[in-house]
Amino acid sequence: MLELKNVSFSVESGDGNLEIIDDISLTIDDGQFVVITGPNGGGKSTLARLIMGIEQPTKGQIIFNGTDITHMSITERAKLGVGYAFQQPPRFKGLTVRRLLSLAHGSELPEDECCAYLTSVGLCSKEYLNREVDASLSGGEVKRVEIATLMARKLKLAIFDEPEAGIDLWSFAMLVESFRSMCKNRYETVIVISHQERIMQLADEMIVVEKGKVRTRGSKDEVFPKLLDELDEGCDFRGKGAGDK
Amino acid sequence: MSIFEKTDASLLDAIADLHEVPQGAYNIRKNGQGFARQSSENITIETKTGKPGINIYVKPFTKNESVHIPVIITQSGVEDLVYNDFYIGEGADVLIVAGCGIHNSGDKKTEHDGIHRFFIGKNARIKYVEKHYGEGEGTGDRVLNPVTEVTMEEGSFCEMEMVQLAGVDSTVRETNASLAAGAKMVVTERLLTHGKQTARSNMEINLNGEDASAQIISRSVAKDESEQIFYPRAVGNAACRAHVQCDSIIMDNAKVRSIPEIAANDADAQIVHEAAIGRINNDQLLKLMTFGLTEEEAEDVIVNVFLK
Repeated sequence: MLELKNVSFSVESGDGNLEIIDDISLTIDDGQFVVITGPNGGGKSTLARLIMGIEQPTKGQIIFNGTDITHMSITERAKLGVGYAFQQPPRFKGLTVRRLLSLAHGSELPEDECCAYLTSVGLCSKEYLNREVDASLSGGEVKRVEIATLMARKLKLAIFDEPEAGIDLWSFAMLVESFRSMCKNRYETVIVISHQERIMQLADEMIVVEKGKVRTRGSKDEVFPKLLDELDEGCDFRGKGAGDK
Repeated sequence: MSIFEKTDASLLDAIADLHEVPQGAYNIRKNGQGFARQSSENITIETKTGKPGINIYVKPFTKNESVHIPVIITQSGVEDLVYNDFYIGEGADVLIVAGCGIHNSGDKKTEHDGIHRFFIGKNARIKYVEKHYGEGEGTGDRVLNPVTEVTMEEGSFCEMEMVQLAGVDSTVRETNASLAAGAKMVVTERLLTHGKQTARSNMEINLNGEDASAQIISRSVAKDESEQIFYPRAVGNAACRAHVQCDSIIMDNAKVRSIPEIAANDADAQIVHEAAIGRINNDQLLKLMTFGLTEEEAEDVIVNVFLK
């Protein structure tokens, strides 16, 4: 179980402190597939980075399976079984896909296992095993490799930050097909930050984060229709255009 | 039983992956003198007259053979200068493994300066691998100043891999090449310096013939207080292509200067250079730490794969 207790994260800006995350408290039970969505700049990625330990909260506590991890390093959290797929994964000169997957796994991965992970994210495995994760890979390829690095780990909590970003819609549709079953078999709990309806459809629970706060949370059947309504109301262009006709 | 002492064996392993006397032709130099030598049917190794060193003759059309010419120095205070000339016959295809390992357990400077000249015949191909390595608990400096001159005839190919990853206090490397029509050269330099080490690499590749091409790749990591200077130059004197790439990771209080220079003396010469010096990217460290590596382990992985 993951618990966030009154977690805040602020940064200094010209006009004083800017609250990126503003006193969020929430609990995510084991076995849940949670989708966090909300407008850009609302604090979703920061929330994920706080859970992974990449950022430290300015206030509040993070408890993971009964352990206070608020002040633990990234490395310690990783060892407790927390994993994070970056929204914009870094590239590495000289590091092959195979070696990266092995580093993720914690030991040398046999070729067939590497291939299985790569295939599951839609990459033709033989071609990619010995390619370097450098500028020669496209944004979409790097994103898929990033997802595969999480596949190569046995995690208690897997966090994916906009896995769809940079992946073309056709391939993404295929990726989503296997995403949920892949996650269910491999991880206890999954948090996905996403704007994609297809991903939201997989959710046990949805959380809408906006302006650093949890605005709504609930089952996808409760939250998703509301989001669509808001989109209609909030979009002047769409509203007026429809009315004019 | 091995002819090598324990220190010799570990040096030879470090510079040439050798555990025993190699297959094929070889010349092993130890403490400034010839130690073991063997010619083969197609590759002849002779002692030079007038100055220290050897001549290596590879017969035309010799294929899939290798020459090992490692140098080891285990006595503190040895200052060794050697001239080695390689004559590669037309159409031959050989691997040349050189390298120098110094074990300095004393307080005197130990130095090896290898002057290598390559004459690569028409359509011949060579792969040249050179590793430099130093070790030893002594306070004496370990110095290596290699000079490499390459003359490439029409259609020949030369791949050079020059590696120095540990233990050399001071090095100045000079590499010069001239390429005739259709010749192709690929030079890869990999360098790691630490402590107070200094390393300088000057290179000039003259592309003199039509369709000659060259690729120079330099990757380096500078740690602690060490200093590095790279000065690769590509000069196009005909319709040719060249690409120079210098990429360095800088850490701690190290200093790196990278001065790639390109010159064209022909309107059809296409020459490109790129150079970058920077710290390890923070996101790279974070990514590897999310796998459970410590920051130090992540840094090691990044440095090792970069220099691989």
